[in-house]
Amino acid sequence: MFKLWSTILKDIRILTRDKLGLVFMFVMPIVLAIVITAVQNSTFEMLNTNTVPMLMCNRDTGEAGRQMEAAIVKVGMFKLKQVEVGQTDKQISDRMHAKDAVIAIIIPEDFTQKLKQKAEETAKKALKNFGMQTDSVIVDTSAVQPLTLLYHPVLQESFRHSINGALKSALQVVQNKEILKSLYFALNDKAMPDSFENELMSNQVAINEVPVSRDGSRNIPNASQHNVPAWTVFAMFFIVISLGGSVVREKLNGSFIRLKTLPTNYIVALISKQLSYLFVTFIQALVVFSIGIWLFPIMGLPKLDLPADITGVVVVTLICGWCAVSYAIMIGVFAKTQEQANGIGAVSIVLMAAVGGLLVPSFAMPASFQIVMKMSPLHWCLEAYYGLFLEGGKFKDVLLNIIPLLGITLAIQLITIYGLKRKNLI
Amino acid sequence: MSNAAVRITNLGFTYPRESTSCFSNLNLDVLEGERFGLFGPNGAGKTTLMNCMTGLLLYQQGSIQLLGNEIAHHKKSINKLFGFVPQDFSFYQELSPVENLAFFGAWSGLNKAEIKNKTTELLEVMGLTDVRNKKVEEFSGGMKRRVNLAIGVIHNPKILFLDEPTVGVDVHTRHAIISYLKKLNEEGTTLVYTSHQLSEAEDLCNKVALIDDGKIIAHDTLQQLMHDHKEEGLEGLFINLTGKSYRN
Repeated sequence: MFKLWSTILKDIRILTRDKLGLVFMFVMPIVLAIVITAVQNSTFEMLNTNTVPMLMCNRDTGEAGRQMEAAIVKVGMFKLKQVEVGQTDKQISDRMHAKDAVIAIIIPEDFTQKLKQKAEETAKKALKNFGMQTDSVIVDTSAVQPLTLLYHPVLQESFRHSINGALKSALQVVQNKEILKSLYFALNDKAMPDSFENELMSNQVAINEVPVSRDGSRNIPNASQHNVPAWTVFAMFFIVISLGGSVVREKLNGSFIRLKTLPTNYIVALISKQLSYLFVTFIQALVVFSIGIWLFPIMGLPKLDLPADITGVVVVTLICGWCAVSYAIMIGVFAKTQEQANGIGAVSIVLMAAVGGLLVPSFAMPASFQIVMKMSPLHWCLEAYYGLFLEGGKFKDVLLNIIPLLGITLAIQLITIYGLKRKNLI
Repeated sequence: MSNAAVRITNLGFTYPRESTSCFSNLNLDVLEGERFGLFGPNGAGKTTLMNCMTGLLLYQQGSIQLLGNEIAHHKKSINKLFGFVPQDFSFYQELSPVENLAFFGAWSGLNKAEIKNKTTELLEVMGLTDVRNKKVEEFSGGMKRRVNLAIGVIHNPKILFLDEPTVGVDVHTRHAIISYLKKLNEEGTTLVYTSHQLSEAEDLCNKVALIDDGKIIAHDTLQQLMHDHKEEGLEGLFINLTGKSYRN
């Protein structure tokens, strides 16, 4: 025990004297958590506080064009900036290049007329199907000039798709209104009263959003709940830079050789490193979570809400930390130089984070990546944290994530011991 | 008659993935209480032999016994019998001499009180008391050599292996180290030493062996070897026995 304690003391002394390593281990996760949460939060807020700037060029003078404008405003995603009707597409593009807006919508001149035609055609088809009107000629309106959406290439594909979806729903509202009007007119031979039109259009079934939580709470997870655990896991694994490098340094400076000639098994050194750095990963998590709880609200970011099962969070943090530390030691044992340890360590962590669902949600991964994803320890760490932070689960609820994580950790430990034996170090 | 501190019998060693062996049927005895010097040109096998003797390399044939204990059995208890001072600085430069001695003392099997006493004694002997709490990385080469040596002897080993313990140090430090090694020997520690400093070896060693191409080509007291080969110094004897050609 005295040997182990002496070794832990030595490791902690070396660790605390490596100022750059400490900065890397503690400042990096804090910066990552703050930056990524702020960015995601601003995206979230942009979508919810009407702040996506959109250039609106309504060349149509009819009612449908105005309705389309109103429907877009009603979607609640966009801040409309009107463009003079006389401006060409090229001039609108130039304004977008000047970052005046990231999207622009052009409503063509004959939008109302063509939309009406299309609505009438649909109404006639419907009546014909009902067997109520068979003698009228159905005009082909497939060549209706479409709405044009210009978007800046910086706009991410997923974001563009969500904008597209919002515009389609606005267009659907306008189009449905025209179809209803046409049907009403065909059936009643008079225009549909405004009151009835409003009643029909506003009588939409509401969507009730309910997050599926394990504890029955209905709190909608915010950007902090998503990002803080994710980047804490990333930071824990990035300990490979400090710990992997430390193992390599020990091998290169001859300390390993000396230790091998002493009457103590090198396993003591391995246990010491694991305990010392496990402590570091725990402190990392503590610091990042504390920042999420106390600093984020001051910075205008959503507060991190800790799950009800604090013991579960502590145990998950320790297991994630143990896996991260084991991985770092394995890299250090196999790397021949510090550069190798840093390079392989950093790149492999980024790759494992990418396939593990830290950069792209795991449900969005292609099917071929699902197996690879399950091999990433970061994936299981993240899933365990999400089970607690997002789903409101308890430790028993995330056991199915913890078991594979422990399996991976054990495999890493065995590989490390094999590496040490192969190099005649134990 | 003295017992063998180190007994090497029919030693055979080949590095993994190499076809030619470093040693084949090598025999050598270092008696208890000797100040034994192992010399040879570059690539002769000095460091490899020392690594075999300290258990850092596992030999394929023969045996090496330290005070009657087979080193190949690799029992950690055998490691208490000897100390090793490698050529490289084998300690933590981020730590102070006191912290290094505390750590390596614990790993050498000493308890807290023994470490404290031995640390005070060694820092005094090595002239490091004033800098006991400074980081070793701030030390000169000579001071680092003394720290390297102090760590190797903290547990009062019966045999001390020294691989170039004075390389790159000034005259004063060399003199201090050699004096300390002689004192250790007088107290009963057997020294097994390699160096390129032949004049230093003449001063320190009472028994020498010359190794070349994995074979012991001479082994006796320094006086006897010089007498046998009609040489007046170890350098002349060295050239006489190993030739003048470059070695890699």
